[in-house]
Formats: sequence, structure tokens, C-alpha cells
Amino acid sequence: MIKTTIPFGPQHPVLPEPLHLKLVMEDEKIVEAIPAIGYVHRGLEKLAEVKDFHQNVFLVERICGICSVQHAMAYVQGIETMMNIEIPDRAKYLRVIWAELHRIHSHLLWLGLFADAFGFEALFMQCWRDREKVMDIMEATSGARVVVSVNVVGGTKRDISSEHLAEIIRVVDQVKEDMKNMENAFLNDYTVKHRTVGVGHLTKEQAYSLGAVGPMARASGVAQDLRTLGYAAYNDLCFDMVVETAGDCWARTAVRLKEVYECVRLIKAAIDKLPKGDFAVPVKGNPTGEVISRVEQPRGEVLYYIKGNGTKNLDRLRVRTPTFANIPTLLVMLPGSQLADVPVLLLTIDPCISCTER
Amino acid sequence: MFDFLGSVLKNVISKPATRMYPYETREAMDKARGALGEIEIEKCIFCGICATKCPSIAIKVDKAERSWEFNRLKCIVCNVCVEVCPVKCLHMDKAHLGPLLAVEKTKRNGPPKPAPAAKAAESTN
Repeated sequence: MIKTTIPFGPQHPVLPEPLHLKLVMEDEKIVEAIPAIGYVHRGLEKLAEVKDFHQNVFLVERICGICSVQHAMAYVQGIETMMNIEIPDRAKYLRVIWAELHRIHSHLLWLGLFADAFGFEALFMQCWRDREKVMDIMEATSGARVVVSVNVVGGTKRDISSEHLAEIIRVVDQVKEDMKNMENAFLNDYTVKHRTVGVGHLTKEQAYSLGAVGPMARASGVAQDLRTLGYAAYNDLCFDMVVETAGDCWARTAVRLKEVYECVRLIKAAIDKLPKGDFAVPVKGNPTGEVISRVEQPRGEVLYYIKGNGTKNLDRLRVRTPTFANIPTLLVMLPGSQLADVPVLLLTIDPCISCTER
Repeated sequence: MFDFLGSVLKNVISKPATRMYPYETREAMDKARGALGEIEIEKCIFCGICATKCPSIAIKVDKAERSWEFNRLKCIVCNVCVEVCPVKCLHMDKAHLGPLLAVEKTKRNGPPKPAPAAKAAESTN
């Protein structure tokens, strides 16, 4: 049969960011998918060598808006390890609260976009309406909706007052309640299941050998979540990993949806155990040596390699982002599937191209 | 299949979740970092710490000329300048910056420094 190549992206209604896929088709069936990235490269890693290491916190936050807290966390935790800084316990808990709020808003954003990709716009609206509540609470506690800028080397920039803590509990409870209503639509709806069940199947072995991370790996039964390492305050919060085994789009939706409940539980546990005291320690000196710092983002593992030379500037900052690790899975999932399933399949890796290209 | 019907009916009878922006705007939160406010130039000592610490090089300070220049469009509203200012002459406004038609640089000149002779005379008196 004659093969046709269809360009998918970089501009496509389903893609919030530019990712280009060359789809080699036989009739409506995909034979091969060739990804191409490089549309939004900004040279942030090079810029990090010019700025001083305190300023870099603001730089790495801007690698990606949706996971800015986790980017900053990975960076500051790396620097703190290099400089042997022990941050106050309160700062560790505050970081967890903001990080999990961020994860909720990222997952709600994804669930909404995913609903939109399979054509359920009412569900999209419902998800984003709930997300707005989380964004509001982030503005109230940190001063900004997306790039919250709360992490600094040595702790956090701000504290959360007891009124705001009560407000956070109220909001996350409300989000959990609303998610319960939406859960059925995502996981049990007859029409939705037609678009998700059995689509883009990725076995546990494939996920492992391709180096999939985050919800992609966990939906295929690979029990891997960096929060189990116990960084920040996760060690004290009895983190419970969400793992599904089906390995299809349905499982990926289920993992992200159930992670929202886990986030709510973690936030409430962190608020419950929040110790009193300082939330930052003064930092003196410059980092020297090298370190690898890893943090679980909403999309999976982010890896920071930082090399310091004893001056205020770093020698090297290297970031490996979760989407970069998840793109190879597309090359296995796409061949054999129908062209109409591409938007849904592509979204299930939760692509964040700004992260990937930096 | 009809699980969502309850939510749909609730949405029909409830108020819209959105606002008629820009006719109706939401009050900014108390701690919001909207935009860097106007500098209290008479307090400024032109030490230049804000310019050194600014991650996006949005501030320029000239000690000799006693001027403070700020490029609004470069500012990333990180609040660092406000935090490091030793005389607290900077503050953050809650409201966000509106749309601009041109690159707008704010340049403020401080009052001229009292002459050393006058200062010395003042101190002897």
C-alpha cells in the first residue's frame, strides 16, 4: 500500500505547545512516527551559567510554568546538598504543601485538556473551574498564580498563615468532592471508555526499557515515584503511590485522577503536622562540587545535574525533564494506531515542550 | 452514561464560573505580586543592591548621576528588589500591569546630594 506522510503539529488544536510529529501512514493506520523538537529552545541552561546561583532559582522556575515549584525544589535541594545547608523543618513542609498544590493544578489542567481532546468540553470546563480554585489559593499564599516563586536556597520565601492553611484545607476538600463527581465521567463513561480503554497500550517491560517516568510508567505497572525517596517532608507523610497495571490511556487517566486524591491527603497531612519555627536559614558562601538532584514532577522524574566551582556562578546546570523521557514511548504507542487516536495518545504523555527544550 | 447529568443541571441553575473581564475584575489578593510600584526616590540611597540582585536586569542604578531606572517589561515580578532594599523604598503593587503600547522605562532622579561643604558645616554646627 502507498505510504503517506502527514505532519502533525507543531501547530495543532490539541497541542498547547509546539511538538512536531511526522506520521507515516498506510491508509488511516500509522506505520511510523518521527518526532521533531526544537521549536521553543531558549538556551536557559547556558543562561544559568551567567546568573548567580541565587538568581538561578527564578530562572529554573521559568523552565516550565506548570511545574515551577518542582523545578525550583530540585534546584534548591541540589544547591543545599552541595553547601551542606540544613533547612528548617517548617520549610520542608511548606515546600510539600506548595508542590502538591502545584501537582493538583497540573493534573486538573491535564484532565481538562484530555477531556477536550476526546471531545467532552463540559468536562474540560468542570476541571478547569476546579483548577481555578487551586490557582486562587496559590495567589493568596504565595503572591502569584503560576510561577509562585516560594523556594529559595535555605528554605522558603514566605510562610503560610493559619487562616490560609484553613482556606487550603477547605479548597482541597472541595476539589476532592468535585473530583469524585467527575471520576465516573472519566473512568466509567461508556463513550469516554471507547476513546481510552485499550488505546496506546504500553507494557510494563516496554515502559521500563524505554525509560518512561511518572504517571506514564506508573500506569503500566512500574512502581516508580521519587516521592518515596523521602525528600523534603515526604518521609514523614506516609506517601502512598498510585499504580495501575492496564498500561493504556484509561490507566494513565486513572493514575492522574487518583493522584489528585493522594495530593489532597498529603496536603492535609502536611498541614496537620506542620512544625512551628523559622522557614528559612541564612546562606553564606558559594556552592562547590557537583550534585545530582531528583524530584517527582507532575509529569515524572526531573533530574538536575549541578556543578559549582566555588564562585557565585555555576559551571554547569543540566536538566533532564520528564517529557524528554516520555517521548520515546510515543514511538512504540503510535505505530499501529488510528490517525483519529493520535490527539488522545499524544496527550496521555502530558507533553511539556517548554520543559523538554528549555 | 448519565452520571454527569447532575453536574449539568447544577451548572444550568448556578451562577457562571467566569467573570465578564475586563468589565468586571477581581480584587487582587492581599499578598499578590502584581507589579513593582513607584519608587520612593527621596528615600533611595542609590546603593544599587536591587540592580545587582535583579535576575532579569530590569533595574539600572547610577550612583554618580543619582538615578534609578526601571524597565517594566523586563521585570519578572519576583519581589527580590523589594526584599533586599536596605531603606525599603521599593514596594510591590497588588494590581497587575495593564497592557502597554510601547516599551516604557521609568527613570527617576533623586534630589541632589547636599554638597560636602554644606554637610560639613551642618555637622560642625
